[in-house]
Amino acid sequence: MIFTIAGKELRSMFTSPLAWVVLAIVQSILAWIFLSRVNFFLLNQAEIARVPTYPGLTEIAVVPMFGVASIVLLMSVPLLTMRLISEERRNQTMALLMAAPISMSEIVVGKFLALIAFLMLINLMMVLMALSLLAGGTIDLGLLIANLVGLILLGASFAAIGLFVSCLTTHPVVAAILSLGVFLGLWIMNIFVSEPDSLLNLASLLKHYEGFLSGSISVTDLIYFGLLITTFLILSIRRLDADRLRA
Amino acid sequence: MSDTTEPAITLSAVGLSRSYGGKLAVDGVSLELRRGEIIGLLGPNGAGKTTTMRMITGTLAPSNGSVSICGIDLIDEPTAAKAKLGYLPEISPLYKDLRVDEYLRLAGRLHNVRRSAIAAAVERAKRRSGLSDKGRTLIGSLSKGYQQRVGIAQAIIHDPDVIVLDEPTVGLDPNQIREIRSLIRELGNDHSVILSTHILPEVEAVCDRVQILHNGKVVFADAISGLRQFRGGHSVQISLRWPPSIGEIETLVNPADVDKISDGVFRITPEKAEYDPTDALVRASVEHDWGLFQLAPAQASVEEVFVQLTQRDVADADADLPDALPGSEASTEETA
Repeated sequence: MIFTIAGKELRSMFTSPLAWVVLAIVQSILAWIFLSRVNFFLLNQAEIARVPTYPGLTEIAVVPMFGVASIVLLMSVPLLTMRLISEERRNQTMALLMAAPISMSEIVVGKFLALIAFLMLINLMMVLMALSLLAGGTIDLGLLIANLVGLILLGASFAAIGLFVSCLTTHPVVAAILSLGVFLGLWIMNIFVSEPDSLLNLASLLKHYEGFLSGSISVTDLIYFGLLITTFLILSIRRLDADRLRA
Repeated sequence: MSDTTEPAITLSAVGLSRSYGGKLAVDGVSLELRRGEIIGLLGPNGAGKTTTMRMITGTLAPSNGSVSICGIDLIDEPTAAKAKLGYLPEISPLYKDLRVDEYLRLAGRLHNVRRSAIAAAVERAKRRSGLSDKGRTLIGSLSKGYQQRVGIAQAIIHDPDVIVLDEPTVGLDPNQIREIRSLIRELGNDHSVILSTHILPEVEAVCDRVQILHNGKVVFADAISGLRQFRGGHSVQISLRWPPSIGEIETLVNPADVDKISDGVFRITPEKAEYDPTDALVRASVEHDWGLFQLAPAQASVEEVFVQLTQRDVADADADLPDALPGSEASTEETA
């Protein structure tokens, strides 16, 4: 049943031009960053080799691409999540799902999975770009995998938060702006914090994503993203169930 | 009457109430529906019809009361109960960017129709709702009447025990209304159907029983024959060009109530239902040259019925309820 919902959601994403436009823009931006970094590496190969612990092709071309991808997702995921629930409410189609013999968790998880599937497309394109370097050199596969895991978790966190925000309003645009605000808030909350153990540092998305960018997959970061995703999925389920359960 | 002779109860709602921001929209509504029965929920706009239906279908939580479908409680076991339920909301829940076939397949999958049975279920639902040649059309480009049929097809795709239709004929043209009504009657043969409407003749044309809601309360619940009776089923309205005095008519059709509606138009309600004053009236009109030009069964309009029911509701608030109103007893007890 989860997959019926996910399939329906994916289908409606790709029947509207929005999904294609988002994919095209994201791909152009990331490809531009990637190409200019590869170009930089080729032009400055001699100087780079003179640095004692000189950075490799992966550090110079792939990591910046994943760094920019986080900002790109921050801006584009609100556009993808905004209509998930709010548009169903607005068009009164929520009644079809609510009156069908499916639980709210199946609806929420189904829609979440559809979004993850969509984000995986973006991830796949990035991995393919990175792997294309193998044609003329070597890459640090471990670093690539750490970056990929980080971006998948970051995307999933954005998706879960965006899905919850979409449950709160019947206006897709309001949902988009709200999610964007929440993402930015989570992103910059530690910007003026100097001490590393501050609560704001521990809660900041950026801090936890940075770990993956530097190539380390730490349990703390995994737990952080896991908790964030589950919390917002459960909040979404509770929000939808509130309509159905005893008032 | 024992349980073996009566069809099984498919839906039972007891004492449903719902308030919005402290104001009661539905107040102690109880319903019972048996297999093969069509019940009409009748009421003016804002009477609580849609709220009642949303509570019955599990899309809105009741503040009080319980609903069970084929004996399964809707709040404790929502998925099991909803599997036996088909629902057409007031606004059809249509994905306008899907084709009719795609949409019905999705609705079938959501309602647990097995993958192998889905093609047959879609064909059946399309045939019953007259959509056989529209399978490849985008829902968004269908006319309102056809969209309404897609909504109905969606509600019957999984062959549910209980079908809930919220104002299924609103916004359709007379031909479409006739077709939808005959479809509903057909569905009523082997399913239980609840239908809401604010059109009195629609209830009379389609339903076996009727419940009238007013301000969230059931003010009338009876079989259709009871409603006809209530509308003054055996009274006649006579229009005369040269009318005599009321007294003359009264002596002619005694014992009966004679009301003057306007100049030359009278409503005559005999005290005994089986007495038909028509013959006497025609004979007298010819004899005394009253100039009879219209003689018809007089039926109260919806508005008049509502006025009568609501006035009676107020008058009965302190007194005992008359025996003829089994449905309103329950609702008044709930609020007492």
